[in-house]
Amino acid sequence: MRFWHFTEQSYHPGWDKTTDPLRIVPPSSMMDREVVADLFHRYLDEYRLADELGFDIMVNEHHASMTCMSSVPAIPMAVLARETKKARLLCLGVPMANRMDPLRVAEELAMIDMISRGRLEFGFVKGSGWELYISNSNPARMMERFWEAHDLILKAWATRDGPFSWEGKHFHYRTVNVIPGIWQHPHPPMWMPGSSAMSAKIVAQKGYTLASFLCGHQAKATFAGYRKVYEETWGRECPLDRLAYLGMAVTADNQAEAEKRAHALYAYWSTVPRSPAGTFNPAGYAPVEANAQAYLSGPAKQMSMGLLPDGKPLPAKPTLDELAEAGLLFWGKPDQVVHQIQRFADQVGGLGHFLMMGQGGYLDHKDTADSLKLLAKEVYPAFKDSAPSPEPIAAE
Amino acid sequence: MLESLPLERIDVASVGAERVKMGSGRPLLYLHDGGGIEFGAAFIERLSQNYEVHALSHPGFGGSDLPSHYDSVDDLAFFYLDYIEQEGLEDVVLVGAQFGGWIAAEIATMGSDRISQVVLIDAYGIKVGSRDKQDVADIFYLLPEVIAEMGWHSPRPGTKAPTIEGARRIARNRESHSLYGWSPLLHNPKLVHRLHRITAPTLVLWGESDRLAPVDYGRAYAERIPAARFELIKEAGALPHVEQTEATARAIETFVAPVTA
Repeated sequence: MRFWHFTEQSYHPGWDKTTDPLRIVPPSSMMDREVVADLFHRYLDEYRLADELGFDIMVNEHHASMTCMSSVPAIPMAVLARETKKARLLCLGVPMANRMDPLRVAEELAMIDMISRGRLEFGFVKGSGWELYISNSNPARMMERFWEAHDLILKAWATRDGPFSWEGKHFHYRTVNVIPGIWQHPHPPMWMPGSSAMSAKIVAQKGYTLASFLCGHQAKATFAGYRKVYEETWGRECPLDRLAYLGMAVTADNQAEAEKRAHALYAYWSTVPRSPAGTFNPAGYAPVEANAQAYLSGPAKQMSMGLLPDGKPLPAKPTLDELAEAGLLFWGKPDQVVHQIQRFADQVGGLGHFLMMGQGGYLDHKDTADSLKLLAKEVYPAFKDSAPSPEPIAAE
Repeated sequence: MLESLPLERIDVASVGAERVKMGSGRPLLYLHDGGGIEFGAAFIERLSQNYEVHALSHPGFGGSDLPSHYDSVDDLAFFYLDYIEQEGLEDVVLVGAQFGGWIAAEIATMGSDRISQVVLIDAYGIKVGSRDKQDVADIFYLLPEVIAEMGWHSPRPGTKAPTIEGARRIARNRESHSLYGWSPLLHNPKLVHRLHRITAPTLVLWGESDRLAPVDYGRAYAERIPAARFELIKEAGALPHVEQTEATARAIETFVAPVTA
């Protein structure tokens, strides 16, 4: 199993300064430029530390959000392409349906792949509903745009015999020619998130790595769906490195400190619902049938926090132990964290990648760095040897 | 509301659509608001007392098909021009409400000898204000209760879809409204520059309490149409044809009558 360090690069100093949503509408006057700059450097330092400790690295993207300042993930990716030495650099990912200019995305990532000498890994994501209020892209037909952008980017990377033209339904280019080209030809390893067996299907058909985010034991059904379709499509057993799970993880050398850090990290979760109320599902974002069912049943009472191993939903205010049991937050002394991750991986049927939110919430730099070092020294070795392949396999 | 409408399936230039055709007299083509044809059911019935009312669900709304290449209001305008020609309608009164008013304005700028008079009710479609401010409220962002508060003169309780079929219609209506109106937000930047082409006598009706598309926006609309008259409907918000069905129908009849005579 490979471990990837991930942080949302939040502006947590602002979280308790407003009762308003933290996304789309918080006034930028709340941002202190000294604090912002310090935080950006701090998060980059932690990514660099993760590289030195032998972890891989994941970066994400949100907009107009105090929960995630990484609005242009190509920028931290570009910094890290030069500052890190060994880590794989996963951008998970770019909300493709929100991009007016997919060729620009292909060019940015190609440069990152070249500068890092082939360490780029790339994820196409649908993105959250509220992002559409910033990108201004239409929620209707967004998956149609998503797939056209996907096809264009892959063709742009794969093509080595000069320009081609693209006159699609949504995107138009008279000349597509990615100079400098991409190091990992025809394309870097590809990723896509999925939260159900249904959404995992297309990922399996493409042979991309499926990432399930913070959903607890819902991942079991999602992965089972993936493996089934993968085996049907490719006629062989699904390699473990196609299955990834994102959870929070923190450790310390004693229980009291670990508990303190777990609380600090878990504070991330309190930000999840803090978007303007109407923006989770703009019309067209979810399919007609799903929206119709929702109109009939009325709005959901609370957001799902993931499932416990027995398939029951987590209680609204779970304990730290319940969060560990659910596979949302792995925490404790190193041996406890090893046990929790191993147990979760076994329960969901095997895991090739652990996307580790090693920083989040109010977890400060000192505790983050100490936790990462301990994770590298006393947790990762228990899994690293079982890594399915030293070099990642490109998508089929 | 929907139950009272005798819907039938027809093809318009190979697009499957649902239609209501009611009453007799001069043809009146009604273009529904973003809530769908069902919002205007009582209005359609009232108009059918004096006109042959033609009302279709716009492609993508209600039970009408959505061709994969449709994504803008001019697709809808051409669809309705096809319909008018296919049905051989002459001397048409074209009435559009809110989103349907935008379609009506587009059709009117395209020009058709078959259309004699135009009625725009709280119509979307133009951009006249400053570029760093929205002219009309962002109905794709605001919560339903806020839209209701801004849109009705007398706020009314929301109704829940009673059946899955009804819920599907709502979901399709909302998705298609977004498809056509998400960005630029409920307008075509070029339309305002084309309004001078509307030569048919035009009545611009506006609910005095509309805060989604405010009264000044309506006046600006009317000012740019050469032969337009502007009238307020009292005690009505964004949907006067729903809230003040009788007064709205009478205003239309008064406007239309002299030409008919």
